[in-house]
Order: sequence, then structure tokens, then C-alpha cells
Amino acid sequence: MSHWPILPFLLPFTAAVLLLLLHRAPLAVQRGVSLAAALLGAGASVALLCQAAGGGVQVYALGNWPAPYGIMLVGDRLAALMLVTLYALALPALLSACAGLDACGPWFHPLFQLQLAGLAAAFLTGDMFNLFVAFEILLLASYALLAHGGGKAAIGAGLRYVILNLAGSAMFLIALAILYATLGTLNMADMAVRLREIAPADVPLVRVGLLLLVLVFVLKAALFPLAAWLPATYPAAAPAIACLFAILTKVGIVALLRLDMTALAAMPQGRALLQPWLPLLALATIAYGSVSALAAANLARLGAGLLLISSGTLLFAIANGNVGMISALLFYLPQSTLVTGGFFLLAGAIAIRRGDAADRLIRGPVLRQRTAIGLAFLTLAVAVSGLPPLSGFLGKLMLLQAVDGGQAMLWWPALLGSGLIIALVMARAGSILFWEPEGHADSKAEHEPVGRQRALALALLVLVSPAYAICAAPIAAYADATAQQLIAGTPYASASLGTAPARRDSRPG
Amino acid sequence: MELFLALAIGLLTTCGVWLLLRPRSMSIIIGLTLLTYAVNLLIFAGARLKPGVAPITLKGATTLVDPLPQALILTAIVISFGMTAYLVALALKGLGVSGHDRADIDEDGV
Repeated sequence: MSHWPILPFLLPFTAAVLLLLLHRAPLAVQRGVSLAAALLGAGASVALLCQAAGGGVQVYALGNWPAPYGIMLVGDRLAALMLVTLYALALPALLSACAGLDACGPWFHPLFQLQLAGLAAAFLTGDMFNLFVAFEILLLASYALLAHGGGKAAIGAGLRYVILNLAGSAMFLIALAILYATLGTLNMADMAVRLREIAPADVPLVRVGLLLLVLVFVLKAALFPLAAWLPATYPAAAPAIACLFAILTKVGIVALLRLDMTALAAMPQGRALLQPWLPLLALATIAYGSVSALAAANLARLGAGLLLISSGTLLFAIANGNVGMISALLFYLPQSTLVTGGFFLLAGAIAIRRGDAADRLIRGPVLRQRTAIGLAFLTLAVAVSGLPPLSGFLGKLMLLQAVDGGQAMLWWPALLGSGLIIALVMARAGSILFWEPEGHADSKAEHEPVGRQRALALALLVLVSPAYAICAAPIAAYADATAQQLIAGTPYASASLGTAPARRDSRPG
Repeated sequence: MELFLALAIGLLTTCGVWLLLRPRSMSIIIGLTLLTYAVNLLIFAGARLKPGVAPITLKGATTLVDPLPQALILTAIVISFGMTAYLVALALKGLGVSGHDRADIDEDGV
């Protein structure tokens, strides 16, 4: 058994424990440990990606308990892709936070590492209950990070975010209780095996359990009627935190994709459970995101609108669910996450250069380093609105091409229309920020240290999109192979359960 | 026995949801706690109700009840305990910042 799959989780977790012990150490030491752990975790994720690209599915049985009794970590192509995305986002976010945000409170670094550990575990786990635990780890860390260095607004937004997610956790547990009572297992691959030969009497209860699970995942992914928390939460967080939070909604999306590809695909008429409400609500989410981007009064709210549009797009692709669509989704997801994360960092960089105007979309002082910031803004705007030649364009093109005939009537206008609205909003914001200055450079802002780390972090995330476009062919090939692997299902199932799945009575006890 | 447990879970859920929809954070916290109790009982019921049967193999025992849901409940209890503690701390901080304990503490003026 290879130990690679657990490293992306274990490294930040160990670092979190170590940093708790080191909380009296000088900040430089904490930063060193934190950055080293993130770098090592990134290395382990890239190694896992290389192994997954070979086609094999790495399985790590915790405590060496055999499936389906033990808990599995499954390093397949999807998990490896998401882990690399996670660390590609986390490193710049951490770098940017090291410019001063981590000095605002004593526990920043342990919390950040716990957040990484929770996210990595959520991407790796092959067990539904373990997914619940991973969700709770990442949520608890996110609750605390959201309030980090924030004032009254952050506490108010945090309070509602915590309450909403605790209600979500209760629903998650209800779903797990129902599914365990009927299926006798919570291992995802084993659930798929049980669902294939499910007794007709159990079907209604199982459908309720699965739909509750879907409900929890779309709550995390911010699907339309359950999305109002997102525009209220993200702008309250500090820019470096909001940058990392860009991947939080993607956890819900990846969990839904996993559930769709294992349990729902195996159950007779399982995937029909998502029809027709999910594609329609996904389109409504795109519309909601577009409207909230249009109405945004500051850049952080604009970023939240972008996240909503991205969520709606990805959820529609899952609901559609053919190979081409899933492949396009997997190409679109990492670049969308990284570009939106970069946008939150840019909003922070603009805010500290404008004094009292901060990141509000009003006329303000002339920006320092206007050319560099302007170029960063232009690059991110082109990438996020899906204009050629950057990665957003390629992703949207693939999404447009992959749609099945009947749904194209809704899908093309939604995707192209949201792209047009983002381009409009970005053009308006850019012209207010860069071309309509009022007065001279703010003298107070002049003295505030900008920090080389912040500039480097922003540059890294801005350069992701051109780099992604240049490497588009291998990434698209990888995404395509991932989609094939997910749809085939068998590599995942046989790796998670072993060649001969252990049989038990279908009912426990 | 089944009816009694089902009624208890239903009652706890009802009270929990009603309190969850109240505006003040203290009622919400109590509501979430009740909801957690209901959920834990529901997981417990997932192992089937077998009075007088232990979840471990004892000498001379012919049957045992599925022990896994009890392990799940233990995990769920620990997690919800930690979450509730954090929520109480956050609500108290909100009370200190705004002077009232409504969940929408930042709605006035910010």
C-alpha cells in the first residue's frame, strides 16, 4: 500500500498541531513552518497527480482495515486534480496572509493548516461519514478564519454562516442515518454496489436519503435559493481568506459529482433524481450571480457574484452529465477557482491603495503602481469573463460544445449572457478604478506597507490563467481521462473495495 | 418501543426547527442542540432497536446489535459539542459588539 494519498492531508494536519504548540514562537518561525507544510503538501499532491495520470487509483486504508469496513482514502484522478488546485490556491493565499494578516490574531497559522487538512480530506475520502467529518473540520476552520481580523460585520456574517452550516450538518447526518439504515454501508463504492440490487421496498427511503445528501452539497455549492449566504459571507472575510474560500463552494460541487458518479449512477433511475430541478436552478444561480455582480457596490461583492456564476455553471454541467460535459467541467473548475481567488486578492490590493474609498466602486484617489495593478485587473477580467485568448474562454468553449442538443437552447444564452454581463461589469469597474480618479494619491495609503509577498501572491494567481491557456492541451487530456474514469466507475469501485468485494447481509444487525 | 422513539425524534425535531427559526441567537443555539439530539437518536435507530442486546460480542450471547451507528453517534456528539461551543462564543462576542442578541447583529447601520 502506497502512503502517498494520505500525505496531502497529514502534512497540514501535523503542521497545525505543531503550530498550536509553537503559538508563542516568533511569527517568522510560524510563517516558516506554515509555508514549508504547504509547499510539502503541494509536492505530495503533484506526486499523487503524476501517479493518478498513469491511470492507477491509489487507495489508502486507514489503520489497514479492509474495505468496506475500514475507511478508505482514494487518490483517483479527480482527487489528485482537486488537491493540486487546492495547493495552487493555498500557497498564494498563505503568502499574501504572511504580509501582515497573520499578525492580527494569535491562531492564524494553525487554523489555516486545519482548513487545508479538512479540504484535502474532503477531496480524498471514499467514505460518506468521513466526508462529513472532513466537512466539519474545514467548516470549523473556516468559521474562525472568517472572523479573523474582522470587526462587527465579520462577526454578524460569521454568526449566520455558522448557524446555516450547523443546520446543514444536521441534514447531512439525517441523510447518513437513513442511508446507513437502508444500505448498511457508507463507503461510496460499496453504496453503489448495494444500490444496484436494492429492494423495491427500500427505494423511497433511499431516495429521501440521497436527495437530502444532494441538498447538503448544493447548499455548500451555493445553488440559487440556498445561495444568499455567499454574497453576505465572502466580502466580510479578509482578502487572503476570501481567496482561499474560493475553493469552499467547489467542495460541494466535487462531493455532488462523486455522489452522482457512484451512488446515483448505480441506482436504477438514480440520476433522474436530479432532473429537472437541478439544471433549472443552476441556470437561476447563474442569473442570480449575474444580477448580484451587476448590483455590486464593491469589488469583494463582485467577486462573490463571480463565484455564484461559476457554481451555477458547474452544477448545470453535473446535472447534464455526459462525458464531454464532465470533461469540460473538470477543465473549467480549477482555472475558475484560481482566477476567482486571484480576483479577491486583487480586490484587497486595490483596497489598500485607495485609502477610505477602499474597494468600493466609487471615484477615488489615483492608484499607486497603476500599470501593474491595471494589467492584473485586465488579465483577470479577460479570464473570468471568458474572452479569448485566456483559459476562461477555452473552458467556456468546451462547455458550450459539450452540451446535449435539447438543452443548448437554455445553456448557450445563459453561459454567453453571463459572460457578457461579467465583461460589462468588469469594464465599468475598471473604468471607475483606473480612468476616473478624483484628487491625488491618498497620503495615508502612501505610507501603508504593500508587502512584497502580497505582490508575489497576486502575480502568481494572475499568471495562472495565461499558463493554463498555454498548457491547455495536456490539461484537457487529463480532464477527459478523468471524466472517462468517473463515468466508467469500475476503476474507482475495484480499487476501493478490492477485487472481490466483501459481502454482508444487506441489512445491518 | 419503535413508536415511542419515533415520536421522541419527531418532537425533538419539531422543537428544534421552531427554535431555529427564531430571531435571537440563544434560541437558535438551543434549537440546534435539540436538532442534534434528534439526529443522534435517528442514527441510533438505524442500527434497529433490539432491547437487551449489547453492541459487543459477550460470552454466551447469540446476537449482537450493529455497533457502527454508536461509533457514528459518538463522533457526531463530539463534533456538535465543539460546534455549539464555538457558536456560543461567537454569539457572546456578537452580544458584546452590538448590545443585543439577534442573529442579524450587523444589520443596523453597517
